[in-house]
Amino acid sequence: MSPQTDAESFVLLRLAERRFAVAAGHIAELVAPSRVFRFPHQTKEIEGVILRRGRIVPVCDVAARLIGKNLLSRRFYLIAQRRYPTGTEWIALPVTGDCELILAEMIPASEADLPHVSGWLSHDGDVIEVLNLTALTPGPTTATSLAPLDAVQQETLS
Amino acid sequence: MRLPIPAKAHPVRTEQIILFRVSGQLFAVSSASVQEVRSVDTLAGAAKEIAQAGLRKVRHIVQRGEHALYVVNGAMHFGLPPFAPALVFVLRRTRTALLVDGIEKMTTMTRLQALPQAFCNDERDWYRGVTAIDQAVVPVVKPEGFLTPDELFLLDSSLQPKESPTEIAARETASGGLLPRPEVLGDESASFEQ
Repeated sequence: MSPQTDAESFVLLRLAERRFAVAAGHIAELVAPSRVFRFPHQTKEIEGVILRRGRIVPVCDVAARLIGKNLLSRRFYLIAQRRYPTGTEWIALPVTGDCELILAEMIPASEADLPHVSGWLSHDGDVIEVLNLTALTPGPTTATSLAPLDAVQQETLS
Repeated sequence: MRLPIPAKAHPVRTEQIILFRVSGQLFAVSSASVQEVRSVDTLAGAAKEIAQAGLRKVRHIVQRGEHALYVVNGAMHFGLPPFAPALVFVLRRTRTALLVDGIEKMTTMTRLQALPQAFCNDERDWYRGVTAIDQAVVPVVKPEGFLTPDELFLLDSSLQPKESPTEIAARETASGGLLPRPEVLGDESASFEQ
């Protein structure tokens, strides 16, 4: 019988010199940067959208909020699943380095932590923030509709 | 021998769209939403300037029968740099005539994706969604999104004829002075002492 632990899988991402973690279950894939399509909008955290597997995925640079500066270069887009009141949607987070899958135990965040921190984990001598994407990335503050996810994500005309 | 009846293919439901540019930015609109496309030159004679619209993106009005169409500057609406519009789209079932650079092309859209929920501000009123055309992503505009009900109310109010002092005096005389005196708002010099 193997010893039981509370370890969970996390993906470590790098933004300049700092590393952050996201629960592995919220990650869809890691992709090379592709063309960002921009059009007028008023959500300042979103810089545009990319096309990925037929889906239109918003790109949200979280570096300004997490490390206080925008990324000058980006190596990958980490495509994560962001929860909304009506379901989940993909969101692309630019990152500056390789990502790593680790197994670690998370210490839940305390009331003193910022809303975008869902917990902490210790890895390689570093204490790393586990990100709460719902608090970190923009979205409606209240449920506006109870439509099923498929109906929300795309209106297929064919 | 009877040949098997071939399975009937479901017709692909598509939507005709017009790709157009405003300040160089590409947008799409359903062709069914566009009642009329005119050049700005042909509209010039029919358009009247609004003296005090209170809305920077609307400077002109075109009278169509009983209804007034408000001419919306697309660049100002979307917060884009100024441009010299060449065409006007009269949008069906709205009171909007939209100034645009020009038409890129007419094409067919087979799939419209709802605007991702990460976009959570006014753009949700501007767009029906986004579509991929020729490996590019194009927002599909909502015709009724160019003027909100509040903006229409403001514009309509600015068109209401205002009574001159002479007209007010004539109205009071005609009613034998029985009508209540109109209250003057925002004019500190006005005195109501009897």
